[in-house]
Amino acid sequence: MNFWDYLGNRHQQLLTDAYQHASAVFQCMVVATLIGVLIGVLTYRSEWAGNLATTATSTILTIPSLAMIGLLIPVVGLGVAPTVIALTLYGLLPIVRNAIVGLRGVDPSLVDAAKGIGMSRAARLFKVELPIAWPPILTGIRVSTQMLMGIAAIAAYASGPGLGNEIFRGIGSLGSKNALNQVLAGTLGIIVLALLFDAAYVLIGRLTISRGIRV
Amino acid sequence: MSETTAATTSGSTASGADSGAAGTSGATSGATIELENLTKRYPGSHEPAVDSVSMEIKAGETVIFVGPSGCGKSTTLKMINRLIEPTSGRIRIDGEDVTDIDPVKLRRKVGYAIQSSGLFPHMTVAQNIALVPKMIGWGKSRIKSRVEEMLDLVGLDPGEFHGRYPRQLSGGQQQRVGVARALAADPPVLLMDEPFGAVDPITRDHLQDELIRLQHELHKTIVFVTHDFDEAIKLGDRIAVLRERSHIAQFDTPEAILTNPADDFVSGFVGAGAALKRLNLTRVRDVEIADIPTVTVDDPLQTIFDKLRVSGVNELLLLDKRGRPYKWLRRGDLMRAKGSLARAGTLVHDTVTRDATLRDALEAVLTDNAGRVAVTGRRGEYTGVVDMETLMNSVHEMLEADRLDAVEHQHELEEQRAQLTHQEQEGAGYGDPGGAAKA
Ligand SMILES: Nc1ncnc2c1ncn2[C@@H]1O[C@H](COP(=O)(O)OP(=O)(O)OP(=O)(O)O)[C@@H](O)[C@H]1O
Ligand SMILES: [Mg+2]
Repeated sequence: MNFWDYLGNRHQQLLTDAYQHASAVFQCMVVATLIGVLIGVLTYRSEWAGNLATTATSTILTIPSLAMIGLLIPVVGLGVAPTVIALTLYGLLPIVRNAIVGLRGVDPSLVDAAKGIGMSRAARLFKVELPIAWPPILTGIRVSTQMLMGIAAIAAYASGPGLGNEIFRGIGSLGSKNALNQVLAGTLGIIVLALLFDAAYVLIGRLTISRGIRV
Repeated sequence: MSETTAATTSGSTASGADSGAAGTSGATSGATIELENLTKRYPGSHEPAVDSVSMEIKAGETVIFVGPSGCGKSTTLKMINRLIEPTSGRIRIDGEDVTDIDPVKLRRKVGYAIQSSGLFPHMTVAQNIALVPKMIGWGKSRIKSRVEEMLDLVGLDPGEFHGRYPRQLSGGQQQRVGVARALAADPPVLLMDEPFGAVDPITRDHLQDELIRLQHELHKTIVFVTHDFDEAIKLGDRIAVLRERSHIAQFDTPEAILTNPADDFVSGFVGAGAALKRLNLTRVRDVEIADIPTVTVDDPLQTIFDKLRVSGVNELLLLDKRGRPYKWLRRGDLMRAKGSLARAGTLVHDTVTRDATLRDALEAVLTDNAGRVAVTGRRGEYTGVVDMETLMNSVHEMLEADRLDAVEHQHELEEQRAQLTHQEQEGAGYGDPGGAAKA
């Protein structure tokens, strides 16, 4: 069976896997973004807290994803839970780092001006600092998503959802006639998803970054 | 004058009651500001950055802080809207003690404009200006018309600039929008920290003129920080010359500081050429403008000859069709004209308006080879001539008047002081607050 026939036969399964893959990455990204920006907002003002947050998240990234999932299984069991936890943790790093860098990069004289015209602490954050720091934060989110696309494939190891199952099945049956097709289909699927997500981010950027600060 | 001072220190001055302010026409919309022993000690430094500053700023007055870099001008200014919290001392605005009220509430009564314009880059010009009115809960349509009004006020076409982002504006335009934003909610007080420090000299000159015009209409209480003494002279009703730790070296009108600097520090800061700077404070319209015979380009040559003969002067001013100075015609020029004025006379290459400073006029007179310059009105039409002699006389009179003022001022101060001591002694003697009134 050649690759195209394989796709034709298995498209139902492949689409389900692709959907679950995308869905897992998307949901984890939403959670990672909320937590990441929150950590950034809470720590950027303090030298040591900001650095601590960045270092902690970097450290997480140095743990191989397979090992991380392996470590999580005994604690939370198999399936969706270790996948979600691992993806969210990995997704945090670029977002936290860019949120801190972005918020620290806001011109102090603008913050001064915001205070000076009588904006409250919350108004300053939501109307001035976050919108100005938004482009780097969005870049962080984009980088995170790309990374999670690949890491999500590993989740199949813990019986997680997604295109990783296709790849693991292929690797497990190396030598059989469909092994290569399976690995190829899983890998290409991930690449296509990654490109689609990236296109979506370009669109989001267009819609949410003010024309006044768009480069 | 002494009564006003006594009243304000008691802290009960009502809004706009201080009519002795600089406002020359209409009601005063500014508020008084009183600083009392205001001190700021930054954490980690044992010397205070601002050491016990006390001053009273009248409603509707423009007060300039000048002083060397690092002397505490910005710190003092920012304590007024509590961007920097004072370590000790009191701040009163319009008699109300604002030292301990919610700073956000305080800042909405006090406009704030800074050097880099401080415009938010992700908001349009209109959104920037609308910020404060929005925060204090104005309605949509009111905000909209206010934005247009403010743009108009600072000399920007609302239609054109409304939807622009700050990066699409020149530095000078950004500065105007910054001022418009600071004034949008009509605060009685406006604080400005070197607002024109980052623009080129020509634009700065322009912006200063605009601010003067604006203040003429609005009568805000403006506190303005600069380290450019010429800017201080141009804009200030009164100037506070500050030395290190914001100690007030002299707090007086520009005229008094120029002609009667309190000490060496102030004269050092005033710099060389105080008499020349004094020329900046007087306008051409304040001096005697002479009239000279004029003719227009439409007059026949014969009329011009007759006029020259009858008036007995050596020189005529030829005006163009719209009454603007065009050429200086001397007797000799006319002899050589041979029936046509086309090539005769010298073109007028420099004129000054009635609003120009005497310094501009002097400059023009000095560069003119005959030592005079034509004065023009609003539309460039001829209104008269000033020459070297007029200027010299005016300057001498001015300096003499300043000197007399200074002497009188000195007298007044001494009298006041004597009276105060007298009152205190009496009050203490009788243990009766009414005692002073009987005296
Ligand atoms: N946040 C701060 N922490 C510690 N010291 C400060 C701080 N801000 C200002 N200072 C010090 O306080 C003094 C006064 O500073 P300030 O900014 O008021 O000066 P300035 O008169 O506005 O000077 P410039 O003309 O250069 O703007 C300076 O010696 C400065 O080093
Ligand atoms: Mg300063």
